[in-house]
Amino acid sequence: MFCKCRVVLTALLLTWTLWIPRLAMSEVNTVPSSFHPCSVPARAIYELSVLVLAICSGIFVVVTAMLLFVVVRYRRRPTDSAQEPPQIYGSSQIELAWTVVPIIITLVLILVTARTIGEIQNKNLPEDALMVEVIGHQWWWEVGYPQYGVRTANEIHVPVSSSAHPAPTRIILKSADVLHSFWVPQLAGKMQLVPNKINMTWIEPLQTGVYLGSCAQYCGAQHAFMLLRVIVHTPEGFQRWVASQKGLFAGSLATAAATTSRRVSSKNSTDLAANGRKTFFSTACVSCHRIDGTTAQGTFGPDLTHLMSRHTIGAGVAKNTHQNLATWVRDPQLLKPGCFMPDMHLTPSQIHEVVTYLETLQ
Amino acid sequence: MGAGRKALPGLVQELVYTVDHKKLGMMYLGSGLVFFMLAGIMAVAIRVQLAVPNNHFLNPSAFNQFFTMHGTTMVFLVGMPLILGLANYLVPIMIGTRDMAFPRLNAFGFWIFLFSGFLLYFSYLGGSGVYGIGSAPDVGWFAYSPLTAKAFSKGHSTDYWTLSLLAGGIGSIATAINLIATIFCLRCRGMTLNRMPLFVWLNAVVAFLIILAMPPLSACQIMLCLDRYLGAKFFDTQAGGSAILWQHFFWIFGHPEVYILILPAFAIISEVIPVFSRKPIFGYPIMVMASVMIAFISLGVWAHHMFTVGMSSVSNTFFSASTFVIAVPTGIKIFNWIGTMYGGKLRMELPLLFSIAFLFQFLIAGLTGVMLATTPFDWQLNDSYFVVAHFHYVLVGGLLFSIFAAFYYWYPKMIGRMLDGAMGRWHFWLFLVGFHLTFFPQHIMGILGMPRRIYSYPADRGWEIGNLLSSIGVIFQATGILIFLINLLYSYYRGRRAGDDPWDAWTLEWATTSPPAEYNFEKLPEVHSARPLWDLKHPDEPDWKHN
Repeated sequence: MFCKCRVVLTALLLTWTLWIPRLAMSEVNTVPSSFHPCSVPARAIYELSVLVLAICSGIFVVVTAMLLFVVVRYRRRPTDSAQEPPQIYGSSQIELAWTVVPIIITLVLILVTARTIGEIQNKNLPEDALMVEVIGHQWWWEVGYPQYGVRTANEIHVPVSSSAHPAPTRIILKSADVLHSFWVPQLAGKMQLVPNKINMTWIEPLQTGVYLGSCAQYCGAQHAFMLLRVIVHTPEGFQRWVASQKGLFAGSLATAAATTSRRVSSKNSTDLAANGRKTFFSTACVSCHRIDGTTAQGTFGPDLTHLMSRHTIGAGVAKNTHQNLATWVRDPQLLKPGCFMPDMHLTPSQIHEVVTYLETLQ
Repeated sequence: MGAGRKALPGLVQELVYTVDHKKLGMMYLGSGLVFFMLAGIMAVAIRVQLAVPNNHFLNPSAFNQFFTMHGTTMVFLVGMPLILGLANYLVPIMIGTRDMAFPRLNAFGFWIFLFSGFLLYFSYLGGSGVYGIGSAPDVGWFAYSPLTAKAFSKGHSTDYWTLSLLAGGIGSIATAINLIATIFCLRCRGMTLNRMPLFVWLNAVVAFLIILAMPPLSACQIMLCLDRYLGAKFFDTQAGGSAILWQHFFWIFGHPEVYILILPAFAIISEVIPVFSRKPIFGYPIMVMASVMIAFISLGVWAHHMFTVGMSSVSNTFFSASTFVIAVPTGIKIFNWIGTMYGGKLRMELPLLFSIAFLFQFLIAGLTGVMLATTPFDWQLNDSYFVVAHFHYVLVGGLLFSIFAAFYYWYPKMIGRMLDGAMGRWHFWLFLVGFHLTFFPQHIMGILGMPRRIYSYPADRGWEIGNLLSSIGVIFQATGILIFLINLLYSYYRGRRAGDDPWDAWTLEWATTSPPAEYNFEKLPEVHSARPLWDLKHPDEPDWKHN
């Protein structure tokens, strides 16, 4: 039996150690580890977590040692006499001891927990803090900046905070349909998006970079691919991003032509984009999608105004490449089965044109 | 059933007509095992799908149906019948009586449970959901509104889920009333409340919890039906209803439900550990008090499932604190079980092996429970794989291991033959390794940011190794279960004859024949202590002298 015990223990240890390199690698931010916090509230949670983990590990070690000792020491051996062991019915002192000690530990836990809850939940953010409105949809995120009049989807851009220039971001959470949950582990704990209720959370990122998040509350067929990215810029970088989102009416063909010409033969692609634009505006696309500065004002699907500035399409289901866009336009159900965008039954040439047009939405 | 075997039609007729608590108990156990296999097959499918990133083994709708059906089945059609089956079988014998207080109500309870199971699974044939005919519920076992509203859950799959749980709730309440009446009115002579076996005590506590917890569930199922068919607006947010109301109703039931499932595990462990340590339970009165405390506090902690819905900091702190407090009586129980083994002569038979594994796993489950009760930590871990790991340590590492202990311990009493020990050990070790391999890495996956209930995930998130290990573990678990099921059948025909009291135990069920006659005892017993058979076997040093 002991031999088997060792095998079990080794297997468990191996499981654990295999993880260590992954945890260390989380520097690159592809692993959204809550134990690698990069924001003020996430850091406060992390510090409390480590404390609680330490207390629990201590209890685990002590109780497991007791259990192992008892099991090993008091196993019946073949040499033992057939007599029954002494019958002990209990001991008030010992029972009192193992009631009082846990009560003390519990009190400590209650106090530290209450402190961190207050620190995060009752925090007073400055009145002029950046405000981001996040609205959960089945299965994508609508992101708005009421202070700037900017609207985007599935990506949140915020400035970094520093001790010299603290820049916390207030995040207003709403839902358009069912429950969702906003979770970017490295920046903050999660918070649900509840229909008919406005929730609030905040982040204060301390490092620039891209942070991965997701919807954490089961919300139907494509809950798995309701992914989210938070891009933390330098303060100047953030202002540049805002300017680029505001300044450009991507729907205007003049700009489109200017930007695409650098990549492909300009005349040809301008024609293609113009045809694609026509297709886009003559089909049902417009009833769901919005492109700023055009007649497309749908709100059921993601805003496409600056589509090409985003890393992914379909709320994280695929990288934003020409190939994936083409697949998506041909049959969204292929990449994201169950999503609400229907197959528009476009011809291959129409798909090519629409994608060319979409690629002008810089 | 037992030794005398009948032709199938005769047997079926006997089972359908029976009001005997022992036959009903075994029917609960048998149907619980059948549903266990169904839920297990779905669990394997889920783990195959998640073994590697971007897998296409299951499509999203199949996956969502599987995890919904797996959870619903495991809680309502596996956990509940297995614990109610054991209670049904054992409680009357342990308190020295001939049957439950209301035998026909008992039969009603069983049949309506079975009906609720059929109703749930009929959705695979009749529930024409979004995906056409034959759609099982896909709203999760918690069925949060408004995903269950007509607008988001089309077809009838959610209705099958609702009606099934409504029926099942009625059955559980009937059985709970029956258990309470039996325990408080039918104890044999001399069996005062402080001489009742802990198994009986804990089942009485569970019965009270069922009566308190099930009605809120039934109430919100009815409200959901009204919403879906009569245009009521309780949970329909598009018409101004509340999404959070459902969560309150559901968890006012749902949290005590956790204790409805785990207190019977405590009950089993409290019988097995003393007998195989050859010592009385350490601190009987405090064990009873701790159980009552746990049940009582469990009614006031439901909102710890809702730390992320945006409650006030005062509510968050209150529910965090009340949840921490549950750890105290639970800790007392763990220490007392270890205290029972201390100074004993531990016979490493299978029931004790499973009980020791239970202690170790339940310790981990309890500690991760404390972490989840820490509200800010929960903001990170809620709805992540950490929670999946935590409650599987409670329900598989806790409840299921103790149920296996119960099978190895009481099978000889029920069937008259011992379960095969060699197969039992294979079952134990394979299942133990598989269990930890499957669920331990999930703690870490949760900390690394993996959300629950996702049918697939992108590569490169650091979740691949954990998911792969987790899926490999399932192979071990499934093999272990298979060996266990083979053992149950094999030992039924070929097992060593058990005799009346194979474990040299002390409670009343071992005073009658194996399997017991229909009337349990020829002459109803009279007891003088909590261990009547100890008194018989040690007339020089009886228990009642010490209490």
